[in-house]
Amino acid sequence: MKRNYLRALGGVAMAAALIGAAGCQDSGSGTETPSAQCGGTIATFGAFTGPNAGLVIPSLQGSKLAVKQFNEANPNCKVTLQEFDTQGDPAQATPIANQIAGDQKFLGVIGGAFSGESKATMPIYEAASLAMVSPSATNPELTAVGNKAFHRVVGNDSTQGAAASVYFKNTLKSTKVFLIDDGTTYGAGIIKEVKAGIGSLFAGEDKVQEKQTNFDATVSKVKGSQADAIAYGGYTNEAAPLLKQLRAAGITAKFVGFDGLYDPGFVSGAGAAAEGAIVTCPCLPADKAGGTFAADFQKEYGVAPGSYGAEGFDAATVFLEAFKAGKTARADILAFVKAYDKQGVSKYIKFDTTGDVDKTKVVIWAYEVKGGAIVAQSEIALS
Amino acid sequence: MNWNALFENIGQHTIDGLAKGAIFALVALGYTLVYGVLRLINFAHSEVWMVGTFAIFGFWSLLGVTDNPPLGTAIMLLLGGLLVGAAASGGTALLVERTAYRRLRQKNVPPLIFLITAIAISLVLQEIFGLWQGRLVVGMPSLIKRETVLTIGNAEINNIQIIILVSALVMMVGLDWFVNKTRNGRAIRAVAQNPDSAALMGINKDRVIMLVFVLGGIMAGAAALLWDMRYQITKFDIGFVLGLKAFTAAVLGGIGNLRGALLGGLLLGVIEVYGATLTQSTWEDVFAFVVLVVVLLFRPTGLLGESLGRARA
Repeated sequence: MKRNYLRALGGVAMAAALIGAAGCQDSGSGTETPSAQCGGTIATFGAFTGPNAGLVIPSLQGSKLAVKQFNEANPNCKVTLQEFDTQGDPAQATPIANQIAGDQKFLGVIGGAFSGESKATMPIYEAASLAMVSPSATNPELTAVGNKAFHRVVGNDSTQGAAASVYFKNTLKSTKVFLIDDGTTYGAGIIKEVKAGIGSLFAGEDKVQEKQTNFDATVSKVKGSQADAIAYGGYTNEAAPLLKQLRAAGITAKFVGFDGLYDPGFVSGAGAAAEGAIVTCPCLPADKAGGTFAADFQKEYGVAPGSYGAEGFDAATVFLEAFKAGKTARADILAFVKAYDKQGVSKYIKFDTTGDVDKTKVVIWAYEVKGGAIVAQSEIALS
Repeated sequence: MNWNALFENIGQHTIDGLAKGAIFALVALGYTLVYGVLRLINFAHSEVWMVGTFAIFGFWSLLGVTDNPPLGTAIMLLLGGLLVGAAASGGTALLVERTAYRRLRQKNVPPLIFLITAIAISLVLQEIFGLWQGRLVVGMPSLIKRETVLTIGNAEINNIQIIILVSALVMMVGLDWFVNKTRNGRAIRAVAQNPDSAALMGINKDRVIMLVFVLGGIMAGAAALLWDMRYQITKFDIGFVLGLKAFTAAVLGGIGNLRGALLGGLLLGVIEVYGATLTQSTWEDVFAFVVLVVVLLFRPTGLLGESLGRARA
């Protein structure tokens, strides 16, 4: 407790010093060289601990890697990345957002990792003119409400839902698809898109709830529908036991989940039942990423970049480029993000007026669980 | 409301519900026993059960069990699991009673303090397992391959459901016999009826209370084994929902009444499966609690009444 106070005091002091310095610089900015006022602090927030951390850690690592490489290449332009753990919970993300918005040392925000926490905190960041760049929040609503702060470097769920429908029709050639969701913003949202996309293939649906562990009724409904494919919108903690119970009941229908299940925890939780399951994700397989990203990531962390690793790198890069261009005020950085137009490692990064990444550059991949690992299967053609 | 889906396959849904409810019933016994003797709702009981699921999981992973071992091995593993689960859950229940409740009893604190303590213990146990075992779902191997062994009409009954129903019934008949026919059982009933008179008759009250906690724990351990065998997963906070259901089952049947817990558990399982079939799985709890409220309106002490020692226990 005491240490936290000290740290907070230190933070306040530092912020005060920064404000003072910034004030001085502003008055004489015409004469100084860009490198003298270069650098700054970025905040990032997401579920870095808690049940869904497995989904978020790779993008955090991607962001950290980008910052580290930048600092090595630009020794006189120091950038700091500060992490804020929200456990993916909107209620925890809100006070953190107030703290970040109130502390003038923060010039940009990477996040939120999930849609719910992004939705809850967007207005706070907007009021503080802080640009948000999310590596992984995919709910379509986020960019539909006219918020000026929010941007994301991934495709949204309507694209992912459409892609999944294409996958059911063209790749799996399914005849009957059963839909299940967990009732969250994310899960129910994506299943709605799939339902619209598959049309006559719809064989039935059920809703489960978070923390549910026994799915007898769902299993018997799937069995009754005689579906040959199942789409599940939700996260690992419900998907793993559900899939286990479906397989134990002798149901062999193809199981298709979305980016929420692109998580090693899903594979270990469901065990042998996960074998052959499909996960779609608007994230690029690591080895397809541009430049030396995959090799660098492997070298830094000793593991291959998981879900949204490349997107985390790209989100950080947007801010790093802003610092490089000499931007040191929140409003300038926000304007810089809006006008951003460069090749990233996951895709070409350019935002449209709503904050979505250019829709023609979005890629959706299908991944398969094979031998206890999630491996890239194929890109899903969107048309 | 999809009445068709329900009635076309009513036999199947009933069997599914009974198998689900049998596990509720075994856990409900722990609530009911403790309530019957102490008039205390032991909210830590759901975590006593959770500890059992983890202990059995630990036992199996220690032996390096893989999917579908030969039948002989599987039976040995299940029996071993029963011992481990009963020991772990019974031990946890005993520990909770000795370290927390007994001290409170000696200080003669008001009942509300017991309730808050129970909730606190429940959180402490959850967090210990969350920190120790992680907060993700833990999967375990399947020991017995699910096969349909009996078909009645269009209802298929599988071997796992039969194991669950039979073993739950055997455990409950055994407990019922123990409480009604043995010397120790008589002591339990005596303390439940009138603790002071029982003490005057030479019954050691603290010993009886310990016995009650251990018995409840053993039943929870058996439930943990059936759960692990059937659902093959566990998680640090898995006890919360199941504990709530088991407590509901106990109230539905008449809390403090052993046969009531059995009836309440089975009934609750069946209602939930019917409800989920009629609408969506999210609504199963709504159906369960609506039935509970309606039953309590007409029979405020539950279906079979409240007492452990008197008329019906």
